[in-house]
Amino acid sequence: MDLLYNIFLDPFVQMATAPDLLVQTLWEGLVAGVLYALIALGYVLIYKASGVFNFAQGIMVVFAALTLVGLHEQGVPAFVALVLALAVMLALAYAVERLILRPLVNQPEIILFMATFGLTSLLIGFGEFVFGGEPKVMITDELHLPSGAIDFRVLGGFVSLQKIDIAAAIIASVMVAGLAVFFQITRIGRALRAVADSHKAALSVGISLEQIWVVVWFAAGIVALATGIMWGARSNVSFALEIVALKALPVLVLGGFTSVPGAIVGGVIIGVSEKLGEFYWGPLLGGGVESWLAYMIALVFLLFRPQGLFGEKIIERV
Amino acid sequence: MLYRETGQFKTSYAADAAVFPILQDRIGIAVILGLAFVIVPFAFPSFWISTVLIPILVFSLAAIGLNLLTGYAGQVSLGTGGFMGVGAYACYKLTTLFPDVNIIVLIVLSGFTAAAVGTLFGLPSLRIKGFYLAVATLAAQFFLSWCFVRVPWLYNYNVSGAIEVPTRTMLGIPVTGPNATPVTRYLIVLSLVVAMTWIASNLVRGRIGRMWMAVRDMDIAAELIGIRLFRTKLLAFAVSSFYCGVAGATMVFLWFGAAEADSFNIDLSFRVLFMVIIGGLGSLSGSFFGATLIWGLPIALRSLPDALGVSIRAATVEHLQFMIVGALIIFFLAVEPSGLARLWQIGKQKLRVWPFPY
Repeated sequence: MDLLYNIFLDPFVQMATAPDLLVQTLWEGLVAGVLYALIALGYVLIYKASGVFNFAQGIMVVFAALTLVGLHEQGVPAFVALVLALAVMLALAYAVERLILRPLVNQPEIILFMATFGLTSLLIGFGEFVFGGEPKVMITDELHLPSGAIDFRVLGGFVSLQKIDIAAAIIASVMVAGLAVFFQITRIGRALRAVADSHKAALSVGISLEQIWVVVWFAAGIVALATGIMWGARSNVSFALEIVALKALPVLVLGGFTSVPGAIVGGVIIGVSEKLGEFYWGPLLGGGVESWLAYMIALVFLLFRPQGLFGEKIIERV
Repeated sequence: MLYRETGQFKTSYAADAAVFPILQDRIGIAVILGLAFVIVPFAFPSFWISTVLIPILVFSLAAIGLNLLTGYAGQVSLGTGGFMGVGAYACYKLTTLFPDVNIIVLIVLSGFTAAAVGTLFGLPSLRIKGFYLAVATLAAQFFLSWCFVRVPWLYNYNVSGAIEVPTRTMLGIPVTGPNATPVTRYLIVLSLVVAMTWIASNLVRGRIGRMWMAVRDMDIAAELIGIRLFRTKLLAFAVSSFYCGVAGATMVFLWFGAAEADSFNIDLSFRVLFMVIIGGLGSLSGSFFGATLIWGLPIALRSLPDALGVSIRAATVEHLQFMIVGALIIFFLAVEPSGLARLWQIGKQKLRVWPFPY
């Protein structure tokens, strides 16, 4: 009885008695979700256009942030460093297309997936080799990002919002909107969608796959840089982020591998339910449930909707 | 010239179905086994045995386990580390509960525990496929790692949270724990690996293996010819987890000597997956090649600067090692996506027709 009470009633009683805490938890979940969603977005972009499940996306986030901070440490002004970091991501996109995608064209997905593992290892080694392995502090002030917190009086209590989190949410929305416009309107965006639908058909109407791949990987690089800045502002810039980047996988599963809005919605769902679970149900299990809760949610979800929330329906042709 | 099967006739079905139909292969495998069992324990320094050979054998076993699941049955799994951990913790619990039972029996039993857990986490495989399944197995990985930390019963309420391997003897000789010599441990691991590889090779050649491969190649077609998908997939999960569990138990009991939850994290899963892919999906010998390459390469790279007489900082060596391993993975995949096993086969084929090109 006691256990049932603790599982099914007590958390809700707690929520009702301290609504400000609930709001705070929800907000934190939302913020975590937005960051997961940003990483997931990078995966979706690449998966849609090249059919590669890019495991290295998480590392690209760190690598981009590290490049930015590392360049700034060398005395490069912040905004010049930003541009240079973008240039590095472009170079990376070219290198990936040349050295990985082109030799491995038409290979099974799992082989390409493994190749991005190789890329992960390569980027970790290269990043640490050039910029050093110790965690770095993100240059928030130099980039004119807000810091500090705002307190709101909500439902008889205080809820404190970090300004950087608000900025992250805004930047994420702007970026998603920008990507949507880019996909819908521009010439390259249309080509991207064509490639996502069918490589062969796209090739036959004269779309250059190589060019598209570079564009997509560069777009993923831009997303990675933005994510890296946001994440770096919350904690430090270090390769420990890798494990957090894995959280983007359940997000993808929830939202569907091929859907940009799915990545956002999935990210928010995962982030919020994870924080709620940790805060209200975690103590029952001894805490730390955050590490696997997201995957379990995704697992249960998959049993009912194998293609994700917004994914294309999986049709098997025989 | 030497490797040629001319004049070797197969006069019975048994001869035709043999694992090594060619005489030279039989001689080769006998020589390798002889070397591994008799020469290596005497010829190699014990440092080498415990840091290179035992790890390679343990990883080969885990790679065979994953290969049965991913390479033969076509189900991608990222939960290998978790299943290995189940094997290790089960073995630890069993040996503390029943200290008098032979440790080999307990290692095999812990394999069955891992098989049960693996079957449980294989249940989603009927509904979901491919990368979605991979993410589902990540749930197993993270949930199990969490259990290894948060369920103190598993490590007998140790303050350190780690499992320490107690000394267990066989025929009066210590085989586990701090008193066991590397050579004893090596011989036990080797016997286990040889026996289990032999079982696996017969498994994949037989009805079960063919069912797995049919499911891998096209599950709908397999279903239509009367293979029960659910049972076949679950069996693959069970057998694979059994192998991984035994590998995990041997890893802790015959190699590490002590372990904590962190030893079975996601990196281990990825590392074993690497070995399988680099070695060759759907090839048992590939599992050995992959394990040797992925374990041996960093060691070789680390000892390279010393051998060349160049002095580089340790951190730099590590970074370079990451870069070189990454580059080599990409290189190998680009050159031969079917893995080292395929290269080995091509080499053998070339040898057979030598000196002619084909």
